[in-house]
Amino acid sequence: MDPISIIEGRVSDLPRDDVDTDQIIPARFMKRVERTGFGEFLFHDAKEAPDWNVEVGNPILTTGANFGSGSSREHAPWALEDAGFRAIIAVSLADIFASNCTKVGLLPIVLPEEQVRAVAAAGDARIDLDAQTVTAAGEAYRFEIDPDTKHRLLNGLDDIGLTLNDEAAITAYEERRAASTFPGPSSLSLPPETSLSTTPVA
Amino acid sequence: MPKTLFDKIWERHLVADDLIYIDLHMVHEVTSPQAFEGLRLAGRKVRRPDKTLATADHNVPTDGTPVAARIKDALSRKQVETLEENCAEFGVPVFSLGSDRQGIVHVVGPEQGMTQPGMTMVCGDSHTATHGAFGSLAFGIGTSEVEHVLATQCLVQRKPKSMRINFVGELPFGVTAKDMILGAIGQMGVDGAVGHVVEFAGPAIERLSMEGRMTICNMTIEGGGRAGMIAPDQTTFDYVQGKPAAPTGAAWDAAVEEWKQLYTDEGATFDREITVDVEQLTPRVTWGTTPDMVVGVDGTVPTPESFDDPAERGQAERALEYMGLQGGERIEDISIERVFLGSCTNGRLADLQAAADVIRGRKVADGVYAMVVPGSVQVKIAAEELGLDKVFTDAGFDWRGAGCSMCLGMNPDVLQPGERCASTSNRNFQGRQGKGGRTHLVSPQMAAAAAIAGHFVDVRTFEPAGEPVAA
Ligand code: SF4
Repeated sequence: MDPISIIEGRVSDLPRDDVDTDQIIPARFMKRVERTGFGEFLFHDAKEAPDWNVEVGNPILTTGANFGSGSSREHAPWALEDAGFRAIIAVSLADIFASNCTKVGLLPIVLPEEQVRAVAAAGDARIDLDAQTVTAAGEAYRFEIDPDTKHRLLNGLDDIGLTLNDEAAITAYEERRAASTFPGPSSLSLPPETSLSTTPVA
Repeated sequence: MPKTLFDKIWERHLVADDLIYIDLHMVHEVTSPQAFEGLRLAGRKVRRPDKTLATADHNVPTDGTPVAARIKDALSRKQVETLEENCAEFGVPVFSLGSDRQGIVHVVGPEQGMTQPGMTMVCGDSHTATHGAFGSLAFGIGTSEVEHVLATQCLVQRKPKSMRINFVGELPFGVTAKDMILGAIGQMGVDGAVGHVVEFAGPAIERLSMEGRMTICNMTIEGGGRAGMIAPDQTTFDYVQGKPAAPTGAAWDAAVEEWKQLYTDEGATFDREITVDVEQLTPRVTWGTTPDMVVGVDGTVPTPESFDDPAERGQAERALEYMGLQGGERIEDISIERVFLGSCTNGRLADLQAAADVIRGRKVADGVYAMVVPGSVQVKIAAEELGLDKVFTDAGFDWRGAGCSMCLGMNPDVLQPGERCASTSNRNFQGRQGKGGRTHLVSPQMAAAAAIAGHFVDVRTFEPAGEPVAA
């Protein structure tokens, strides 16, 4: 993941609430086994609506409440990112979606409705992650972000690598659990698969 | 200090600050390929294959295709084959097409006894909250997190806020778990629980079967909640006992002793709490394109003017337009062309039984295509042993193989544009069941009754007099 510090440029506006991940990318386009190439399916069906006028290709998207609700598909942030978006400024964001965004270098920002509208109206904005500000039409709006997430995004750090630094703590936890009265179920102790058919393909 | 059920499970799984240990990671074909690829590129392995279980569900055809290699759609075939290859390479058990344990990931976990009280569980799927019905902390994650859990068996997670939804009163005749959760979402809105782990509690919950509890927890995400959970009790223990992965002998006794500690202490506080009076509920039917656009079957489709908030009014207008409905229409006057009985919300044996009780000896209305899709091969086998397949096929239902099927438009089972469907699944989003498809969410009983009548009907009066409807 590339580090993020400043995101600057044109703003696309999608002024509605509850844009779910099925609208961001319909399920039938989730069949790729690669991480790339989802951008062309962004808003695939939603954009057929007569009043649809969201420009794709800008770095910033402004939208309403509960953006990204529904499925946990990371394909939604992948599609947004692949289409060129770098930040989503919303009135509120669905939990899993917001978390997924931070894994793909897409900055999720929540601002009060009037401020989101002001950014959309300005048409251009500059986001400074380190200062936690969105500047549009000469006004600067401050946003909140979890300090660890901010640190990770600013430095483009790999989450897994960071967690593996805690290897000793993980192993200690596992040993404690294994010795407890309830170590938890094991999928390997289920009867092995016998019925996976090996029928030759016609 | 008094603790909530959620606090107790959270604390037991903390490995380090904001790092929790995951007891079971369920995997399916759609959200995992990029995660396995990530492991491969980094030269990492799956840390605990014994705490990982995979199944193929979203993509699979439900027409009895016996092996992945025979799936006609090339991209679906590739995804399922990739899952099989990845699981073989990384040593993860997998129930794929052709296995008698294949099925929807959230049906398979409980049915194999892999879902047990007090656990932490994740899956690259937002309906993972289903498993919270057993008193575990279970939630959906994205693909990057899938990779993270595969590699480390841990998840970086700030502790979410807590919420309790209390269901008070006695569940009326003909009203089901599905109506309880649709009622709660209607009351709090689709973002009512965002950022919260929700505990469902109250006498109406305690009296529910495990299937009913799973239906409720399943739809937590439809109210925006991260996870839903219900304190385990004797109903839970009875359900788990004897399942393939359940502990036995002395280990069982020790486990139950431990599980009995899993409840919210008297005096523990939640960040948010709401009460839903189930006695006010009638069977629910959604009329719009989010699950909170819901009314009773005895009601009417609301008019946009009835919403004070201009944003809500605009949304209602768009939803009605998409759904091809007029404000003021009686719900019972809405006719349907398709019925979908299945999904991880209502695709278990008890759901199929409840639907079968409604249709036994009757025929699907002319012009309606109705399908039943068991949530897993095990559900299918059990239903066939009870002769339910006969009941459905005699009535003119299509009896299918296990999978997600028409819950999402990702496999051959899809709605055509403009087609209207009574569905037991969990999402009525635009295009969810196929581009342009119109979805009305209902309970299995209501879907079955609609199939027979050709339009929505109140299952409470549709039932032969006096026969109770199972919750
Ligand atoms: S049945 Fe539907 S909601 Fe459940 S896992 Fe499958 S696609 Fe998701």
